[in-house]
Amino acid sequence: MSRRTVITGMGWVTPLGCDIEQVWKRLLRGESGIRLTTRFDASTFPTQFSAEVKDLDFEAIVGPELAARHATASLNSRFALAAAKMAWANSGLEADPPKRTNRVGVYFGGGEGPLDFTNFAAAAVCGWDRDNATLDAKKWAGIARAKLDRLRELEQDPNMAASHVACMLRAQGPNLNTLTACAASTQAMGEATCIIRRGDADIMISGGTHSMIHPLGTTGFNRLTALSTRNDAYESASRPFDRTRDGFVLGEGSAIIILEELEHARARGANVLAEIVGYGSTADAFRITDIHETGRGAIAAMRLAIENAGLTINDIDYINAHGTGTEENDKIETLAIRSLFGDRATRVPISSVKSMMGHLIAAAGAMEMITCVLAIRDGIIPPTINYENPDPNCDLDYVPNKARPAKVEIALSNSFGFGGQNDTLVVRRFKD
Amino acid sequence: MKQERRVVITGCGVATPFGLGIDRLWDGLNARRSGIRRIESFDPSGMACTIGGEVPPFKMGDVVPKAYRKSTKVMARDIELAVACAYEAAKDASLKTRCMIDRGEAEGPPSVPSTRFGANIGAGLICADLPELAGALQACGDPGDGRFDLRQWGREGMESLTPLWLLKFLPNMLGCHVTIVHDAQAPSNTITCGEASGHLAIGEAFRTIARGAADVCICGGAESKMNPMGVLRQELVGRLVTGHDDQPDRACRPFDASVDGTVAAECGGLLILEELEFARARGARVYAEVVGFGASANIASWHDPEPEGTGIVHALEGALEDAGIMPAAVDLITTFGVGCNAFDAMELAALTKVFRGRSNMPAVAVKGSMGNGGAGSGAVDVAATALALHNNTVPPSLNTETADTGGLLKFADADPYDARINVALSTAYALSGNQTAAIIIRKYEG
Repeated sequence: MSRRTVITGMGWVTPLGCDIEQVWKRLLRGESGIRLTTRFDASTFPTQFSAEVKDLDFEAIVGPELAARHATASLNSRFALAAAKMAWANSGLEADPPKRTNRVGVYFGGGEGPLDFTNFAAAAVCGWDRDNATLDAKKWAGIARAKLDRLRELEQDPNMAASHVACMLRAQGPNLNTLTACAASTQAMGEATCIIRRGDADIMISGGTHSMIHPLGTTGFNRLTALSTRNDAYESASRPFDRTRDGFVLGEGSAIIILEELEHARARGANVLAEIVGYGSTADAFRITDIHETGRGAIAAMRLAIENAGLTINDIDYINAHGTGTEENDKIETLAIRSLFGDRATRVPISSVKSMMGHLIAAAGAMEMITCVLAIRDGIIPPTINYENPDPNCDLDYVPNKARPAKVEIALSNSFGFGGQNDTLVVRRFKD
Repeated sequence: MKQERRVVITGCGVATPFGLGIDRLWDGLNARRSGIRRIESFDPSGMACTIGGEVPPFKMGDVVPKAYRKSTKVMARDIELAVACAYEAAKDASLKTRCMIDRGEAEGPPSVPSTRFGANIGAGLICADLPELAGALQACGDPGDGRFDLRQWGREGMESLTPLWLLKFLPNMLGCHVTIVHDAQAPSNTITCGEASGHLAIGEAFRTIARGAADVCICGGAESKMNPMGVLRQELVGRLVTGHDDQPDRACRPFDASVDGTVAAECGGLLILEELEFARARGARVYAEVVGFGASANIASWHDPEPEGTGIVHALEGALEDAGIMPAAVDLITTFGVGCNAFDAMELAALTKVFRGRSNMPAVAVKGSMGNGGAGSGAVDVAATALALHNNTVPPSLNTETADTGGLLKFADADPYDARINVALSTAYALSGNQTAAIIIRKYEG
């Protein structure tokens, strides 16, 4: 038996707040965090709304000293620093810091820091040679050099949040960041679990952080027609599995969990919140734009995760769906669950908290893992809100609109990314 | 735990300023050629450093099946490099993949079942194609003061971007295109940790195969900094050498304290890692066995080098412990040697600490001849290391002839020299960010 990996701390910064318990209550009440976009003027964009983090008091969470030290951190690094600080405190490691710092690692699914759009656009506009309809690279360089800030450019690298957090928490073990699109933080937690199991670290700070609520992020997804454009009813625009769904809603934030080897956690008397028991990862290897029509990659990821846990489909009490609210994802995820679970598919409750939080992209999987742990702890499953119109292609039990009390011992969480990235984790109530 | 499966390197595919393929890299290094010259892919005259390491032109049609040619239109340069490296790596490993079969270069079935074929391809922060994006943005801006009309952009401007625009620049698209072209359906990961990406991706692929989640993995990284934004970013963060535009072949000088700065570049490197028995069963040529992987972080800073190199020390010690190898048994060190004085000093401090007591260790630094290709650099280093070990040859390290390593390292400064290399180590670190990693390979002799 390999080393067991348990969760001993959790923290998040989400569109519904930054406190684990308060956000959980709001999720169980079925509240939506989606509002009109304020991070930039989106008033003429095809999509004018998103799920923004509204009430992050960074300095209050990390303290004035760290806030000053990490003052140049980009938005997503700030999200991660705050979430990691809360998770660290929650795990008890803040009061009792690990002595062997090289046994503490970081594995994030972190997105790139937001582009300095105003200055970038100004340089692009002024550097354009209208007479020849081409970029005047020389002129552009002069303007860009004057306008762009050294540190703001540096902070855009996707490994930066993991770097900041390693410095803050003195984590000198393996440090990695993956960016497999919307599957990133699930993959990060899965790989972090493998690192602990193998013995290359005793503690891994894992999860994700991302914000794509900026002009080019919204542009990119709008051009792909991946976003909902329900501007007249934005609070209910995220409609996973509903027949009238028309795309996902961009969210932002960070979710961080502290993964720890069981004996290490026991030795320090840690409060064990749950155990990660299975991880499966596959690639569709099909198309960059579409999911394979049979859901083969998703099926394989779920099957591998369940096998990795030494369980069967009959052991799964709850599926936390990727459930983005796009036509294609929800149809094929449903098909994949049906294919793998057979007759049991209709009897396993499935829900998508993206209906309330929006899609946190690289951070989505980690946020969803925390909701799975809370569902196990409290015996209640968060709902899929805005579910009103049944879709013949989505005919399973999506826990519509109201949270449902249920005994959840074992939950399965899916994350699927653009280009055919499929990652699944199985999390279980901790038992000796 | 120590009953893990053994993993070997059976193929190396690289795209470097010397061209596509491992032979061009090996020949270029041994002939002491430089791949650095004045940048040609855009007008560099506005940059503080106008030279770079560009990969010579190649045709995407030569590295993908005919039916996939259309998809090459939505590839950033970084993705093109990765796809080219994947083809070269599969060819070098005599691996029959979907790509080779569809191109009519091999008969099916594929050498590896698709569900046992994984990928772990490191990527950088991919720069948007600036002429393309600026061309779209300029229609909504005032060329006088640069003010941008976001409302006009939202209403109509953005429509001038192709619908798939975003997919050109997502870091996981290197891996996605490669897994599609070669039909690799096992775990696929995208490490994005700057210059450390290649080593971390290879290390992760090593673990993936060792634990049984795949039998073969294509792994490494690719990145291009050869675009206006990529070069300017490097300039802004103070990494580029200046005053050497007229002698490009002498500009990037790893461990030479008389010149400070590196040269921006582009490159890619992908290795084929295989479970040993799987490789033997198909009669594959084995370059080396991967025996150690270590990773850590510089926790003093997320953008400045730490003088004592503690993060690198932990990565090196971790890799040695993982391999069960004493420092005295290491026959070759492939340094990261980027050319920036403070970073080179950090690396040298770490090597000096870990290998204290040793002197004249055979060493290689390849960036003097090709510059810093970010996430692509590390895998090129590991590929060069594998070739050196396989050929028992220490290739020359261009521009390190005056390096002062306190007697620790012995670079080949003129001709390659022969050395029996049983164990070789390669290390890397992120310049932006603080990740560090090391890989150890050992000769495999059946």
